[in-house]
Amino acid sequence: MTKEISPKDRTLGEALRSQGISRRSFLKFCAATASMMALPPTMIPTIANALEKAKKPSVIWLSFQECTGCTESLTRAHSATVENLIFDSISLDYHHTLQAASGHAAEAAREAAMEENKGKYLLVVDGSIPLGNPGYSTIAGISNLDMLTDTAKGAAAIISVGSCAAFGGIPNAKPNPTGAVAVSDIIKDKDIINVPGCPPIPVVITGVLTHFLTFGTLPELDHLGRPMAFYGQSIHDRCYRRPFYDKGLFAETFDDEGARLGWCLYKLGCKGPSTYNACATTKWNGGVSFPIEAGHPCIGCSEPHFWDGGGFYRALSMPTEDISKTAVYAAAGAAAGAAAVGMMNRFKKNKTSESHEKATIDDLKK
Amino acid sequence: MSEIEFLSWVRGPGFQIATIIFVAGIIIRLGEILLLGRKTNLAEAKGSEMRSGMRTIASRMLPPDMETFKRSTFTITAGYIFHIGLFVTIFLFAPHILLIRDIIGFGWPSLPTQIVDAIAVVSIIALLAILVHRMTDKVLRHLSGPQDYIVWFVTIAPLLTGYLAFHRLVGSPVTMLALHILSVELLMVLFPFTKLMHTFTLFLARWYNGAISGYRGVES
Amino acid sequence: MSASLEKGINALKEQVDSSVASFFSSCVHCGMCAEACLFYTETGEPDRTPITKTEPLRRIWFTEYTLIGRLMKMFGLAKTVDEQLLADWETLVYDNCTLCGRCSMVCPVGNDITEMIRRTREGMAVAGHAPDGLIGATRRAVTIGSPMGVKVPALMAQISHIEKDSGIKIPVDVEGADYMLLLSSMEIMNFPEFIESIGKIFAKAGASWTISTDAFEATNSGIQIGVSDIAAELVQRIVDAAEKLKVKTVISPECGHAYMAIRWDGPNLIGKPFDFKVRHILEVLDEFRKEGRLKLTGKETRKLTYHDPCQIARRGGVIEEPRNLINLFADNFVEMPDNGKMNWCCGAGGGVSSIERADDGRLNVFKRKKAQLDAIHVDGIVSACSNCRIHIEDGLEEYHMDIPVFSLTETIAEHLEEN
Repeated sequence: MTKEISPKDRTLGEALRSQGISRRSFLKFCAATASMMALPPTMIPTIANALEKAKKPSVIWLSFQECTGCTESLTRAHSATVENLIFDSISLDYHHTLQAASGHAAEAAREAAMEENKGKYLLVVDGSIPLGNPGYSTIAGISNLDMLTDTAKGAAAIISVGSCAAFGGIPNAKPNPTGAVAVSDIIKDKDIINVPGCPPIPVVITGVLTHFLTFGTLPELDHLGRPMAFYGQSIHDRCYRRPFYDKGLFAETFDDEGARLGWCLYKLGCKGPSTYNACATTKWNGGVSFPIEAGHPCIGCSEPHFWDGGGFYRALSMPTEDISKTAVYAAAGAAAGAAAVGMMNRFKKNKTSESHEKATIDDLKK
Repeated sequence: MSEIEFLSWVRGPGFQIATIIFVAGIIIRLGEILLLGRKTNLAEAKGSEMRSGMRTIASRMLPPDMETFKRSTFTITAGYIFHIGLFVTIFLFAPHILLIRDIIGFGWPSLPTQIVDAIAVVSIIALLAILVHRMTDKVLRHLSGPQDYIVWFVTIAPLLTGYLAFHRLVGSPVTMLALHILSVELLMVLFPFTKLMHTFTLFLARWYNGAISGYRGVES
Repeated sequence: MSASLEKGINALKEQVDSSVASFFSSCVHCGMCAEACLFYTETGEPDRTPITKTEPLRRIWFTEYTLIGRLMKMFGLAKTVDEQLLADWETLVYDNCTLCGRCSMVCPVGNDITEMIRRTREGMAVAGHAPDGLIGATRRAVTIGSPMGVKVPALMAQISHIEKDSGIKIPVDVEGADYMLLLSSMEIMNFPEFIESIGKIFAKAGASWTISTDAFEATNSGIQIGVSDIAAELVQRIVDAAEKLKVKTVISPECGHAYMAIRWDGPNLIGKPFDFKVRHILEVLDEFRKEGRLKLTGKETRKLTYHDPCQIARRGGVIEEPRNLINLFADNFVEMPDNGKMNWCCGAGGGVSSIERADDGRLNVFKRKKAQLDAIHVDGIVSACSNCRIHIEDGLEEYHMDIPVFSLTETIAEHLEEN
């Protein structure tokens, strides 16, 4: 977890310097973070200052029904990135995958951190919480539900990392056999920041953390509790292939002419228009690429219930049932109905004609 | 119900129900009309029924003379604007063509989105003007009933919700998209029971009109 | 036997066919028909809107022949046809409609509204809601043979006068003649010059013709009041006479609805095609012109225009023929604005002139014709319908306009080359 012997006493600035991070690199990181969070350049010194002096806050990371993809994303270390070092500079007091301890020792460490930093520690959650039967997912015999409610009590704020913690994610997909719910479905009395994505982009989480470290407050959130700085625009509005959408040039299959020319992937089911994330601008793997650029339609992974959106390869505006079959059956039934109704009409008309009494001038007045 | 569940219902069972009512309703209405039949004309013909009938289907799109256009300028012009607008926004807009291709197996090229967008705006304005006209003109007030206003509403709703959804102007995009599709489903469900049937029956009516006239040697 | 609501409803039921059903299904309430109807344009009364005149028929179509209408009727949710409705609709369907056909021409969805109003009359009449004036005319037409009460002796007397005054022979009951001429009572009593003109023209053209004393009346009150059974009875008389005299062609004279009755409705009313042809007098004269049998002399230098009688032109199909004929003698002919198939009704057809209480109304709507005339400043109006002629003369007098009205046939006769 931490590299220093007395980690809790070092400030973030000291920690970074001890890693050999130059002031220049540090400031570059602060500038990048500021711009990503849509803060003005004048904020850079503030960020730098705050991070410098930030006492490594205690962070407790709870992993529930998850695939560990969020952790994988956040700890991607192709190179020693500053993001990773930021991680070194918080006191990650509890994390299943990354901690060295296990068993009772690990649980004891968690309880100690909670007690010591009561009211001040950051609670990070990934994975959903099963309500169907608490036994579906337990840690040290404690159900996810109990552990969450317990740990949330003394937290300063909660960050739900990944779509599972933010919205329920994969486990929540139909038919939701475990009764999986999001953190916000259980905890109602704490500030929660949702950082969805399957997984989220690494720099998004560090941006949120940096904001918290700098200002001690939550960043501006949208109606789904997601930081506006990263989730304020749709993929569609920032996608480099948007001109093709506007011109009506679409790839029809995965290796046709259009696909090769990099045309819009809407017809292949891209959920860009209804998905809010930073993928199109910030991208992945240190800004290398993102799914659409790689030729795969956006699956909408930062949106609630994206697994139940009717299929990754069907555009959101498309029907999910076989409409042409429905129409044909309806037409067949209707043809019979129309014949019946038509015959009724004819019958009535014939009957009226048959009972026709020839009108004479005597019929003109009562 | 969450947003995406609402959208999933609207895209799924909702669309199915609407399709059934739409298709079945139209076929039954047409059967109701056609199976009544019409007596053969026994008088000596001066012109061809079929030719004149087919011709009138097309020619009736235009007013018969300038005088008629002058007397009914607003009705004709606004009517044209929103009908053409509906045609363009429904059939020449990429996501819609995609939907149609999915249902009937083939599609066709689309118009650039910006053009469709502008036409949508013009159509909405025309429809608003038409509503005002219907509410203020004395002939139209005499002629109109609840059905006319309901049909007006289900005609403008898809245009409005579609425009709002596309531009992300109001509410969440998933909900707006769902509302847009729902508004179309409402239109489909009401279609066979209202004057919207004129979409299909006008071919019959114009044909009969032309046939009757043409039989007597009058170009209609 | 007497009129009843039940008979009216049954009659309306019989009138719904696939064309009527498609018309009602298509109406989008656009209001263009009102703007084409002179009974609306000259009065500003919205209840004259043509399509709303068909309300009784519409209710029957809806509640009897549509699934949704039947269901609504079952649950008491649909409007039905009752005495009050028919009473309220009487003046709309009769006094304020000449069946002129302009509405049918402008309807954008293609409704033949005129035909729908005609069919509405079927129900109105046998329910006892036709105007007294028309009922009287119809009674006379059926019992006497002429709506004006003209009997054979009166006809023969007129013929005798004409023969004496002009020296022309008017053939009566001649078997084997090519043409059998029908006459409107109006012509017999008010414009006997017409008969004389026919005599002259046919003699010069070398065409054999005759009048039948069994059936000389061209007008058909049954068509105007809207009772097909009565109309059929009147047509049958003509058919019997034509067959008895073994004529090739029956001529409909200068009368509007007479042409519609015998030419287009006739065979359908009696249920079988005719063995003879039916032509309007203008069609016959145009045939003569084409065959070179019409030799005219002298030109009319007065500025003339032509009024298209609705049932002959727009509803009848005789539009080019009068113009071909006028061009034979007119040197200064101008068309009215809106001429030919879009010409405006004079205001008196379709039975309106038989309804006394509608007199003020028809003089009022004559303003439309007046407006057309004011635009062209002519010295004479030519037409081919006696009813139009009388009413136009009434109208011109009402609005203090001094323009003579001519019959086309009579004018041709006047310009015949003397031998």
